[in-house]
Amino acid sequence: MSASSTSILRALSPVDTEDTAPAQATVNEIDASCRNTLLFLFSGGLFWLFLGTIFALLASWKMHDPEFLGDISWLTFGRVRPVHLNMMIYGFSSETAIGVGLWLMCRLCRTPLICGWVIALAGIFWNIGVAIGVVAILAGGSTGLEWLEIPPYATPLLFVSYALLAVWGIITFRFRREPHLYVSQWYLLAALFWFPWIYSAAQVLLVMDPVRGTVQAAVNWWFAHNVLGLWFTPIGLAAIYYFIPKVIGKPVYNYSLSVVGFWTLALFYNWNGMHHLVGGPMPAWLITVSIVASAMMVIPVVTVAVNHHCTMWGSFKKLKDSPVLRFMVFGGMSYTLTSLHGIALALRPVSKITHFTHSTIAHSHQGMYAFFTMVMFGAMYYIIPRLLKVEWPSARIIRIHFWCCAIGILFYIVPLAIGGTLQGMAMNNPDVPFVKGDQFSVVSLTIPYLKMRSYSGMLIGLGHLTFGINFCWILARWAATLRPPQPAPKTAPLPASL
Amino acid sequence: MNYGPLLFLGFFLTVAASWCGLVLAPQIQFGRMQAIKIEETGAYYPQMRTGLAESGREVYKANGCIYCHTQQVRAENFGADEARNWGTRRTVARDYLYDKPVMLGTMRTGPDLTNISLRQSSVEWHMVHLYNPRLTSKGSIMPPFRFLFETRKIGERPSPNALKLPPEATPPAGYEVVPTPDARALVEYLLSLKANAPLPEAK
Repeated sequence: MSASSTSILRALSPVDTEDTAPAQATVNEIDASCRNTLLFLFSGGLFWLFLGTIFALLASWKMHDPEFLGDISWLTFGRVRPVHLNMMIYGFSSETAIGVGLWLMCRLCRTPLICGWVIALAGIFWNIGVAIGVVAILAGGSTGLEWLEIPPYATPLLFVSYALLAVWGIITFRFRREPHLYVSQWYLLAALFWFPWIYSAAQVLLVMDPVRGTVQAAVNWWFAHNVLGLWFTPIGLAAIYYFIPKVIGKPVYNYSLSVVGFWTLALFYNWNGMHHLVGGPMPAWLITVSIVASAMMVIPVVTVAVNHHCTMWGSFKKLKDSPVLRFMVFGGMSYTLTSLHGIALALRPVSKITHFTHSTIAHSHQGMYAFFTMVMFGAMYYIIPRLLKVEWPSARIIRIHFWCCAIGILFYIVPLAIGGTLQGMAMNNPDVPFVKGDQFSVVSLTIPYLKMRSYSGMLIGLGHLTFGINFCWILARWAATLRPPQPAPKTAPLPASL
Repeated sequence: MNYGPLLFLGFFLTVAASWCGLVLAPQIQFGRMQAIKIEETGAYYPQMRTGLAESGREVYKANGCIYCHTQQVRAENFGADEARNWGTRRTVARDYLYDKPVMLGTMRTGPDLTNISLRQSSVEWHMVHLYNPRLTSKGSIMPPFRFLFETRKIGERPSPNALKLPPEATPPAGYEVVPTPDARALVEYLLSLKANAPLPEAK
């Protein structure tokens, strides 16, 4: 690892003016100001990642072995599944996104994080909110609204802590020392502004004072799709736009393209949600508008893809040295694929088959995991050693982590997308029974794909475990450097248990 | 692109546009829809759910039935919903007027339940099915909801509500399986599910 780290640093020097002697102090100052806050957010995020993975495996296993833990009301499938989603969305992904986003904001504004303890405090309340929420869902208190299951007594806590975090991001921006705005900053600012809007609108219109009838479904999917489109996607893209050029030491391929990519995303993505209701009891115009907007997504997706992949072009050799780059490029490619796949799924003739099937689940994991989570892993691999001024203890563990997650998610998405499509085709053929004993049926044909998903999920879980080991290990090393009498044990013998 | 307030104006306008289009416009178009009188029967449709069926909706919600079952029938030329006998007509916005929350669902790991009361009207069938879905539907991957039932010692006389379970699932001698109030409510809710009123807009 140490070898590849130095090569990253060397690769950075041509463009990174921050690395020159006088500016370096600012970078150190920024990283030091972020350290405790970000460590808190990342630890919290990883905690939810592990719990969320366990619940994911439970839910997945129950799909092909319904009697597994079948007698416990708290662990019935219909509660375990939303708990997995909420832990991953509001626990792991949001918390990590905030950590990465704030760090990017500070670095790009060249200003230290002001009063990091406020963010840590908001983070504590955020975690408490998520914890209350998931326990409530397990106890049977779900609101019954997809992506908004957390009951109304926990959501104000989430909203207030989020508002605090967003305001802090914007304050950091206000006190920037760098007048020029980089493309990542637009995405970050927009995400910080958009999420509280959609979250509060959904809470008011669905939970506090519900609108009537299927208008609820419209609000629900406007919100749920925008959590991806206006919150996670911008942060993921901001990270890719920052880290790929940074690590390979080349500027972004075409700056004007990134302007086009950003504003077309802002314009089209938030109109996409109704494609989750194709064929549903909604006015046709509403669904058609969303399908058109989904198709228009081809503009931001292709411009961003050209920008990311053309920046990478000719630098693929660097993938060997830099784990950060490996995660980022994997995430960037997944973003292109998942978006194009998503556009196809939104079209009526495709949706007629794939809607209501596991194919949708494959697609959502392609977006949330293969794109977003992988990018967040990459960002954490870059940020954490800079916060702690300690290198990652084991390069081998990073490699294991990457390959477990990359192979795991590939063998999750591809079979499930195929299985889901076959399921949809069978479902649209009334001659195939829905379920009929040992005979071939819509249900029976999905079982092998569902089993495949459980095994891939275990591989992904193993990847998360290795990341957790590396994270604890680097924290332990850092803690050792804090004790002045003992010199930093850079080559200390490693405990066999790790 | 370096001027903060202008950026925020852009962020605001883009999300406000979709909010107007996808939230406000549907609210204006059908957010105040009312029940109508069905000519054939003279009754108003839809009817508000009350009593046990209404509390059954809470059980349906709490146990996440929505993650595997939809409550929407697509039009005849769009999928095989009607051919599978899941409905005689497509569902429309008016069918859901009083649902809070509306549980359309997005996944059909199990069959659609819009008209389940018309396909399975027997309380006994639903009870046994919830207790162990594989007793009534071999090959099903639905989770068992045994926690909605109580296995207890038979008192002076057996309960009239006790489940008539097939031999492989009968409780030990002297015991009986009875539904809890939650199970009774849930079945009552399932038996309230139907969308077959001849609405003019769904013809």
